[in-house]
Amino acid sequence: MNHLLREKAPLSDAGWQLLDDEARERLAPALGARKLVDFSGPHGWEHSASSLGRVKKLPGAPTEAVTGLQREVMPLVELRADFALSREELRDADRGAPDADLGPLDEAAGEIAMAENIAVFSGWAGALPGIAERSAHEPVPLGPSADAYPRPVASGVEKLLCAGVSGPYGLALGREQYRRVVETAEMGGYPVLEHLREILEGPIVWTPGIQGAVVVSLRGGDFLFESGQDLSIGYDSHDADVVRLYLQESFSFRVATPEAAVTLTP
Amino acid sequence: MGFDQYHEPPEELSAATRTFARLCASLTEEAEAIGWYQQRLAVESDPEAVAVMRDAQGEEFKHFCMDLELLLRRTPSWREVAEGILFQPGDVVENGEQAEAGALDGAGAGADGAYADSSLGIGSLRGAA
Repeated sequence: MNHLLREKAPLSDAGWQLLDDEARERLAPALGARKLVDFSGPHGWEHSASSLGRVKKLPGAPTEAVTGLQREVMPLVELRADFALSREELRDADRGAPDADLGPLDEAAGEIAMAENIAVFSGWAGALPGIAERSAHEPVPLGPSADAYPRPVASGVEKLLCAGVSGPYGLALGREQYRRVVETAEMGGYPVLEHLREILEGPIVWTPGIQGAVVVSLRGGDFLFESGQDLSIGYDSHDADVVRLYLQESFSFRVATPEAAVTLTP
Repeated sequence: MGFDQYHEPPEELSAATRTFARLCASLTEEAEAIGWYQQRLAVESDPEAVAVMRDAQGEEFKHFCMDLELLLRRTPSWREVAEGILFQPGDVVENGEQAEAGALDGAGAGADGAYADSSLGIGSLRGAA
């Protein structure tokens, strides 16, 4: 048994399968950042830090005849979203009920996906820097109307080209901006979504949690997401009525090339 | 010729077990090819031919590792043993004995076919948008 203590939970194998499948189904659409950045791992729960390949000088050394340096690393962060499910609902699922209430799991999946997106794009104060705060470019205003989005997106792409950052490019859109894009057509009826795809030559990604949008290069090597333990469901406790579980992951995130992203403000 | 990677009647095997057997057969073939190239390299004196064969052997290294990785991903108990042996410092035999004992204790192996680390197995979603 590992630290997730799954075997201790009062859940059947079919019950665990149901929860894992439900979680995957909810998480995959919402994990926008993972669709745009490099992913390495998972390296395991014991993996605690990412190597930065850098050193810092130390004020002294054990003897005068030697010099000393210390390696610098980035500690991994942990995200955890707790939820509780009705044991009665899970028993019904075991009986074959197709509509068991897994709402709390769905909400936890949405929360942890949003938290991951925010950490990657906006940063996590005191823990890791996000793409937006590391970007080397001045933010570009998106403007209120989605039919005008092609202009700032093209401006973002042009900034990347000027910086020598090649494509293809991807666009992370916040919930509100994504909704506007998919429901809007330009004059003449051409969908904004299609126009943006032509500009970017890459994906447009629904990224709950971010405000506005970010244009990023997808050439690789610029944005590094290092997974320790990938998203997993663990067991916390239970009583006669509910089983308390949690979604958890550990990761670090680094921006290797600040020139490879442009933020578009709402 | 035929379907001799199967040791039991194929029609009695599940699709997952047939795939597993095919991957095991591929793994064996890649290992054989690595050995053959090693022997050829040992006797070849033409430097151009050596360069080509060395490159070809590198391909077989890659194929072997890809087969092995997929098999380990799909077989948690095997992976658990492998994690105790591969890339570990120290005595190989001793590591092997300890890894085998740990796996046989049933510690965290889970059902074969699940993800070895009990995660949801989501990983990278590049290309999924």
